[in-house]
Parts: sequence; C-alpha cells; structure tokens
Amino acid sequence: MTANEDGAGGNRTGERGLGWSKSEMMIVASARQLADGGVCFVGIGLPNIVCNLAKRTVAPQLDLVYESGVFGASPRRLPLSIGDPTLVSGSTAVCSMFELFAFYLQAGLVDVGFLGAAQIDRFGNINTTVIGDYVRPKVRLPGSGGACEIAINAKKVFVIMRQGRRSFVEKLDFRTSPGHSGDREHDRRRGWWGSGPTVVVTDLAEYRFDEATAEMTLARLHPGVTLDEVRENMAWEPTVVPDLAETPPPTDEELRLIREELDPQGVAS
Amino acid sequence: MSKVATMKDAVADLVRDGDTVAIEGFTHLICFAAGHEIIRQKRRDLTLCRMTPDVIYDQMIGAGVAAKLVFSWLGNPGVGSLHAIRRRVENADPGPLEIEEYSHFGMVCRYVAGASNLPFFPIRSYYESDIPTVNPRIVPIASPYDGTEVYAVPPLNPDVAIVHAQRADAGGNAQIWGLLGCQKEAAFAAKRVLVVCEEVVQESVVRADPNRTVIPGLIVDAVVEEPFACHPSYAQGYYDRDNRFYLDWEATSRDPEALAAWLKEWVFGLESHRDYVEKMGAERWDSLRPGDAPSGQVNYGEYA
Repeated sequence: MTANEDGAGGNRTGERGLGWSKSEMMIVASARQLADGGVCFVGIGLPNIVCNLAKRTVAPQLDLVYESGVFGASPRRLPLSIGDPTLVSGSTAVCSMFELFAFYLQAGLVDVGFLGAAQIDRFGNINTTVIGDYVRPKVRLPGSGGACEIAINAKKVFVIMRQGRRSFVEKLDFRTSPGHSGDREHDRRRGWWGSGPTVVVTDLAEYRFDEATAEMTLARLHPGVTLDEVRENMAWEPTVVPDLAETPPPTDEELRLIREELDPQGVAS
Repeated sequence: MSKVATMKDAVADLVRDGDTVAIEGFTHLICFAAGHEIIRQKRRDLTLCRMTPDVIYDQMIGAGVAAKLVFSWLGNPGVGSLHAIRRRVENADPGPLEIEEYSHFGMVCRYVAGASNLPFFPIRSYYESDIPTVNPRIVPIASPYDGTEVYAVPPLNPDVAIVHAQRADAGGNAQIWGLLGCQKEAAFAAKRVLVVCEEVVQESVVRADPNRTVIPGLIVDAVVEEPFACHPSYAQGYYDRDNRFYLDWEATSRDPEALAAWLKEWVFGLESHRDYVEKMGAERWDSLRPGDAPSGQVNYGEYA
C-alpha cells in the first residue's frame, strides 16, 4: 500500500516509475470527463481540484457551482474548502443555500455533480455515512452533506474515489446517495433528473455503466495498471468492455498545474 | 433603542441549559467567540444544530455542553474528522451523544419551514436513500395535486440562533456579504436571536444600502461587537480563514488530553474574546488580512 491509498499525498514522482502519482492520474482522468463544459456542482476535497483543473484545461467555460452558495466561481487560488472566500470574490452570483439547492440543483440546472465515496457498490450506490452499524458505528463518516440531493438532482453524476476491497464492496453498510437500482425500467420510471452515476474514476481505472444492466463496467486502465490489480482491489468480479483501453497519461501541463497551482503542498495529490 | 451588550451578558441572558441552539454560518461567519463564551459559562444539555458542526461544535461538545447534535455534514472541512464528536458517537466516550441527521438541503428546509411557520417542507431528496430509515422524522408524502412523491422534513425552531455579521447597527439590523449560508433562515426560525458583528455602525450606514440587510433588528434580542469573533472561520473582506488552525485541530481533537489543555488555555483561561485576540498576536492577524476588492456602488435614487 502506498501513501496515496489512504488519502495522504506525496510520492508524486517515481511511483511505479511513471513520473506521476496514482492520485495525480485520477485527478487528470476526472478533469477530462468535464470536457463538455456546462454547469458543474463541485464537492469538497478531490472534486475541488478536479474541477479547477478542468477549468484551466479542457473546459474554460465550465460554470462552477459550490453548495456554499456560489454560481460561476472564478477562484484565484485553490479553494481550501467549499466555503473559501476566494470563491466569492469575482464570482457571477452569490446566493443563500436555499436558493442554491432549490433553484439551481433541485430545479435541474446542474449538468454534472461530483461525488466522492467511502463505499460504492456495482450499481453506483454510495455510502458516506458510517462503516459498521449506524447506531454504534465502527467509523462515523461525515454523512450526506449535499451528496444525497446531488445524486438525485444532477443530470449526470461523476464519482471520484480511491479503489480497494473495502471501498468497492458487494453490499454497502449504508446507502447515503442512491445510484442505479439494477433495473433500468425501474430507474426510468422513478422520475428524477439524474440517472445514477455515469462515470467512476479511481486511482487505478475508469468505469462506465452498462446501458442494459446498469452495472459498473471497467472501461479503461490507467497506465501501468493491470487487470489483475483492478480485480484485487474490488469485492466483485468486474465486467470489462470488449475494447479495454488505456487512459492517456497526464500531460506535462496537467501535472504542472496540479503541482504548481492547484495543490502545491501535495495535500490531495 | 440600543441592544448592544457584552458577549458575557448576552450569552448569560439568551442561552439557557437545555436550549436548542443554532450557531449557523457555512464555513463563513461561524461565531466561535459565542461558542467559547457558552463553554466558559458551562451551559449543559444543549441541543446543538448546525449544517456542518465544524471545529466550533467539536470544541463545544468536547467541553461537555451538549446532549444532542442535529446536523447534515460532520467533518473538519478540507481536513478530516471532528474527533471529540466521533468519540461520543462511536464509543459513547465520555458519554453518549444523541444525533439527528439530515442532508444539507433537508437542514436548510427545516429552517425555512421554521421561519415560515409551516408544519413541514417538501423536497425531492432522500429517494432510495437509507437516511429516512435512521431518521423517522423524514417522511415520504404524496402531492395533493398529482400524487408526486416528495419527502417532508419537520420545522426547526431553535430557542436561540447566534449569527455573525460584518456589521450591524445598535438596533440589530445586520448586514452580511459573501457566503450567506442559512443564517437568515435560522434567525427568523429562532425564538431568540443574538447578532455578533465585526463593527457596530450608525443606522444611516444600514439605510444607505438596505439590500445588504439580511437580518432586521425586529427579530434581534442583542447585538455584540466582537472583532475577529469568527476565527478560525472568516469574515469576508475582514480576515481570511485560518487554515493552519483547522489543520492543527486534527491533532488536538484526536487526543482528549490535548483538547482539554486547549480549552483550558484558550477558553477557560481567558476572560473574553478580547484576550483571545491579544493572545493570538498581531502577526497572526496580519497574516490573515486580505487585499482590497471593493464592490462597485449602485444608485438607489433619491425620491423625496
């Protein structure tokens, strides 16, 4: 296990001899998912770096929405929390959290919502609440925040998380935010804007959801990662697309932006 | 009529044992100084409400003021965990803490219902989530018009709401800019309201820019002028978030003895927030001072 797998930064160069860390690859691969632009609801932590990288690379027109009540953020420094004052100065609009969640998110104006997860299952259901029993938890996690309503109300949901047997699980300890049910007909009838997660990007690979079965399907391996390694780091046997591809490696510019501008302390990457 | 008071008197007057208390402010304008005064006055059995309990509730719960926590995201934003709260929830150490949990939008709408004198508020959250199974106060209901299923959350009417503003006049008319969180909703929902501000200003300053008034003096019981009261949170345009403090809190909060020592040194050992500001030192405050980015001015027009 490297330092990166438990969330710590560091070890950026030389890991696997590739010249970038697994976390950096995850951030870069996630940012590229935002190339279509639109309105993006930014979460705390990694999504914050991802969305700000996308805005500086593939999607300069991206409208960043923060749950703290900011639309069209244009941060001059990497926001250190989702309520950083740099999000306010120079933004398009600042509003109450009621307006943000009701008029922007619930009314369907958000194209992409980003979620992290402590646990995810094969249908993209997410746990950020507890490990173990709810009443006497082994680990008490933060809970929903805005995740439950992002999962339900954003048109697309992208998940970014580190992968392992304890995070890619057969059965969640708690379902904080709903994904796909496994029954496409049921999902179409349930009448939400969202359709469950569309992409999951981890430190090892990239997954999409099968049109027919709604099951998470391995679509790309990051450079230097083997299929066996992916299998070892999840609790179920993954379905793999027939034309399994390799994620294009990070460019020098992407790495420079992460290291010099977005996360110079190496906190997340 | 002036409502200006000292923090000591305002807390003594407005916050009582067993109260439901909301110190709101989403990352921005979290009134730590009021929390510290509640600790200092040894309030007990409070029900603490906040969307994000943040370091302030970790300090208050670590100091033993609360019996219950109502929240929607429990963490040290951008850093990690709130260990004093986690010890109580995971191991009942040093005693159990009752929790009542929502999502962010659910919490906001609880205040909206409370502020609007409504019996519930309907939202499109919680479908196929386990949150309603552990919180029976979140209830699915059908629209009386077309049967659409939505979830109802109950009103939240705190006994006292404490909100921080950049400026207020002596009557309690409070003006805020930057992130607005749900302070307005919490204040209108509460039975008693304490406004803390960086500066008490003349009423004419408020009247020159009425769009910026978030909380009217009409609902305010007391006004306390307390510069830097939000540290390590921030006040837009006045001082930055002290991220170093949030990072350092991880180690302090993890160790019960370190937490007790911190409370002794920074809360019980001091008379007031003035002492805290002095003890923190000018260098720290200088490092948190932002540059200038003034708003443009609008013309309200003179209609005599």
